[in-house]
Amino acid sequence: MPTFVYMTRCDGCGQCVDICPSDIMHIDKTLRRAYNIEPNMCWECYSCVKACPHHAIDVRGYADFAPLGHSVRVHRDEEKGTIAWRIKFRNGKKDFDLLAPITTKPWGEGHYDLANAPAPSKDMVDTELLYNEPKYVRMDDGGLHTLESNGIEMKEGVYY
Amino acid sequence: MLNTNPFDAVTALISTDIQQGYIILMAVLVFLGTVLDMMHKKSAKYFSLDTEKNNKNAKRSVGGGEKAGLAIGVLLNEVITSGEFANTKRRLSHLLSMYGFIFFVVATAVMIFDLAEGAIWAQLWHIGAIMLCVGGYWFWFFIRVDVNAEGAKWYKLVKADMFILGLLLTATFGLLWSYLQSTGNGGAVADMGWTTLFFVLFVISNTFLFSTVMWSKFAHMFFKPAAALQKRVAHADGGALNLPADFDLTDPAVHAKYPDVPMYMGKNPPNMGPGIRREPPNHY
Repeated sequence: MPTFVYMTRCDGCGQCVDICPSDIMHIDKTLRRAYNIEPNMCWECYSCVKACPHHAIDVRGYADFAPLGHSVRVHRDEEKGTIAWRIKFRNGKKDFDLLAPITTKPWGEGHYDLANAPAPSKDMVDTELLYNEPKYVRMDDGGLHTLESNGIEMKEGVYY
Repeated sequence: MLNTNPFDAVTALISTDIQQGYIILMAVLVFLGTVLDMMHKKSAKYFSLDTEKNNKNAKRSVGGGEKAGLAIGVLLNEVITSGEFANTKRRLSHLLSMYGFIFFVVATAVMIFDLAEGAIWAQLWHIGAIMLCVGGYWFWFFIRVDVNAEGAKWYKLVKADMFILGLLLTATFGLLWSYLQSTGNGGAVADMGWTTLFFVLFVISNTFLFSTVMWSKFAHMFFKPAAALQKRVAHADGGALNLPADFDLTDPAVHAKYPDVPMYMGKNPPNMGPGIRREPPNHY
């Protein structure tokens, strides 16, 4: 589902140009508005759709996801820390909202503070482990962490 | 310099009638350019189709009085204070250039048509040109998205630069011409010296600015408020341009419908801050 820009809503702020990991969001040379220069190369991360402060970028959904003529729109609310999607079918009968959290702590907080982490000892430098590797992925305290070793049981079927 | 009407000295070279005729011609060119631009881009047709589409999504009809209220909102927010810009620097730059241009154009018309007396109009003309230069060059060298987000060099010109370039050249040549007149070093306008050169450049840049409306961004001042009103009406009638609802994260109904929210964020999540907008979009 590549993205496209509504030129009348875009104000040419450059958020999408800056964030696009494929570098395919660019500024039109005639109108100074953003556009997707190569939808075939869009890997559909929707970073631009979420970053746009004017909701000027939309998703063109695939036909197997929603029939033609539908609308898939998103609102990423940084201050609330949520992302909301609304999917609406062409006939308007299917119209639903999805809401999910995207952060549980204020932006920029909750990151591991490397400055306060102790420097690695000589022994640690000589091991194959990465510096400050989280404990749950380390294999030096009793082998690989598995579901079994953590007391988790797999259930059959779809149970979410 | 600031108190002198720069057009006084032009009368020795060009009669007042021709000066007034030129202003009228420029106004006609703006009108024609806007109409041609509208016909070429089919913008009026697009807006009417878009309005029709939005009306289909509407959950209630917006009355005439409410629409007038929304139009006042557009005037106060989007038009007068450039409230549409999400970026404060762009907003300030736009305000400087917009009011600079308005002061400059109004003062020019008043001085050439001799509509009012007083040094205030000459001062307004100069202040307008200075504001235009400050806002415009700030935009041109630092804020312009081509330079700021795309990483293009400031001297790389594209078609979209016609309008801002026309504005900047007009204001810069106007100020230089007025400065040369005031110092007397460049001679009078009729002397065919430096002052005349900058006067000619000023006229050329003005003609360029007002005659290229069809190809430049000049017409945005007419259709941007229309687009802003359409957006406000779409939100007022409940259609909300098919955007998701604005959920209240403390609402128990929202908690029941989306249990992930209270589970991970708590029942009364704090303000998470500006997120992506903590850094300007120039990581090229």
